[in-house]
Amino acid sequence: MTRNPQLDRNGGLRHLITLEGLPAEVITRVLDTAEPFVSVAEREVKKVPLLRGKAVFNLFFENSTRTRTTFEIAAKRLSADVINLNIGASSTAKGETLLDTVDNLCAMNADIFVVRHSQSGAPHLIASHLDATGRSHVHVVNAGDGRHAHPTQGLLDLYTIRHYKRDFGGLVVAVVGDILHSRVARSLIHGLTTMRAAEVRVIAPRTLLPTRVEALGVRVASDMREGLRGCDVVVMLRLQSERMKGALLPSAGEFFKQYGLTQDKLALAKPDAIVMHPGPMNRGVEIDSAVADGARSVILPQVTFGIAVRMAVLSLIASP
Amino acid sequence: MNVEIKGGRVVDPAQDLDRVTSVYVADGTIAGLHDPPPHWRAERVIDAHGLVVAPGFVDLAARLREPGFEHKATLASELAAAAAGGVTGLACPPDTDPPLDEPGLVQMLKHRARVINQAHVYPIGALSLGLAGQTLTEMSELAEAGCVAFSHADVPLPDTQMLFRALQYAGTFRHRVWLRPQDSHLARGGVAHDGEVATRLGLPGIPVSAETIALATIFALVRETGVGVHLCRISSASGVDMVRAAKAEGLPLTCDVDVHHLHLCDVDIGWFDPLANLMPPLRGTRDRAALRAGLADGTIDAVCSDHAPVDDDDKQVPFGEAEPGATGLELLLPLTLKWAAEDDVPLPRAIAAIATRPAHILGVAPATLRRGSAADLAIFDPTEPWVVRRDTLRSQGKNTPFLGIEVSGRVRYTLLAGQVVHEL
Repeated sequence: MTRNPQLDRNGGLRHLITLEGLPAEVITRVLDTAEPFVSVAEREVKKVPLLRGKAVFNLFFENSTRTRTTFEIAAKRLSADVINLNIGASSTAKGETLLDTVDNLCAMNADIFVVRHSQSGAPHLIASHLDATGRSHVHVVNAGDGRHAHPTQGLLDLYTIRHYKRDFGGLVVAVVGDILHSRVARSLIHGLTTMRAAEVRVIAPRTLLPTRVEALGVRVASDMREGLRGCDVVVMLRLQSERMKGALLPSAGEFFKQYGLTQDKLALAKPDAIVMHPGPMNRGVEIDSAVADGARSVILPQVTFGIAVRMAVLSLIASP
Repeated sequence: MNVEIKGGRVVDPAQDLDRVTSVYVADGTIAGLHDPPPHWRAERVIDAHGLVVAPGFVDLAARLREPGFEHKATLASELAAAAAGGVTGLACPPDTDPPLDEPGLVQMLKHRARVINQAHVYPIGALSLGLAGQTLTEMSELAEAGCVAFSHADVPLPDTQMLFRALQYAGTFRHRVWLRPQDSHLARGGVAHDGEVATRLGLPGIPVSAETIALATIFALVRETGVGVHLCRISSASGVDMVRAAKAEGLPLTCDVDVHHLHLCDVDIGWFDPLANLMPPLRGTRDRAALRAGLADGTIDAVCSDHAPVDDDDKQVPFGEAEPGATGLELLLPLTLKWAAEDDVPLPRAIAAIATRPAHILGVAPATLRRGSAADLAIFDPTEPWVVRRDTLRSQGKNTPFLGIEVSGRVRYTLLAGQVVHEL
């Protein structure tokens, strides 16, 4: 049986693979570390020297523009050297195994791998391989693996919630949409339960909910109006276009009617409820433009905080 | 050669025998039990004090990877593993490359196994040409070449009509059909049991209904055709219940479970351990308990190893991309003993599950120490501990979720037709 290698013996962060099992103190340390980094972006010289001389490899086996760019900006603001590798959809596309690729890049003296992969567990495999081969100075940050986890997105969501709501205790958070395929939802759910949010609700049709999702510590609501009642935070998930019609859903139109966030439905949440979305948004599918651009939307601040949170993660991981 | 096996605990479930005595082997057969045959002169004496002497084990699912996958394993490496595990007879599924759909391939396999001479190999023929599910194979020709039954390995049949026809045709000639119950549509894309663990890890799931729906289909067709079916590697509690009811109804069914599912469940995937990627998937704790109970009460007839040597290149990848399966020939005995010890099952019943009953299902020579039977024997120390490590496994496949675990039960001697083919 394999173990989760992300914490070292002293409870320090070696890798960031998942928010599951990450202690509340560690999460709080990341969020606290991120705060001063938000203002770095507002300075004329947007750089701090924390990772000077370190090489950060963005190892993307699955296409991404946004996450890769924010990691790149975060690493550069920490003065690291950034190397972007877009390896394509499959680790075997070039005939080289995933671990061979990692070994080769280690030989180029990588310090941090930021990994995105379509298979759940790929970053864990890399981290375990590095540890088993005595390369404990090399770190792995999961930038999204399959349906499993997207921990930096989860952390930036927590940062955003804390920024607007101050405290997690007593909060009711609704996560709406394609929970089944969503690593964003899983990471946020683990983060919120660890930080002791009062209630996490997932709102979706049964086809987009994983089996026994209640075991993650959430309540299931199939009716969106009922699910939104009294919420402090509404998190809308992106619906991938290939899932908009077929056996999971009949059409984007019916999805929007049932689960799209409109002003009308948002009115059921608390008056000061905030609206979040991990992006990129499908306007008119999961969210109405009036809401996305409305006063309660914090979707753009999420992006800004995302860079600060990724700076915090990279700097905590690489600090001795 | 005349071999005298002295003073061991001789356990032969076929004749309800369990006592300390001696076994005499001559000309490849059992020449005497308890008392030597007339004019006995031993050429070799094996001191079996403290050891168990049993009929050689019979494994109902062992992939030897030849032809086609020699980079994973060879006949030589896997038959050595069989001998080291006390397995003297094994059934190999037809999922080789090319599949076992043609008499020449079967003859070649049988011939190569005879030359290596470490275990009897019983090929399971493909039900359809190329396992493509379109054209039935020449089953009579294949049976003549040495196939003892027919299956579609883990390859889904395209539809129920094809399954119906295959059962009817095989039944005409009294060939046994072996099927692993799994609805291919519900299993599509899945890599783990559809439960809490898969939800947490974000792994696509295979629901239990994939097994129960397939069982219901098979039972309906067995009822319709009267053709007997052996069910391979059942995995769920609901499946065990259905098999129990179907047997009570009188349907001609037998059933096996693979030895990993007696001990592991989906929680053992841990953090994406590819070694725990098995097919059928490891299910929940309740399923595991039901499989153990089903084996104890006879609903499940036999334990197989579901031996599947996989090379590191196909295992040291993310969980969902890993080739399913575990090496198992050398763990069949220790893991069956572990089940027996934990559930207070007497040793003879454990041996029946890996020797007597699987031999009966195969329909080949019975696994017994009766005078005149073939002298296929396993002589083992039931309590000797050993650690499962890459270097303690003979199989070319080092892939097992039990790596690093200490098990009890070590085979000291294996005799095949009276010849010592393994000794420690």
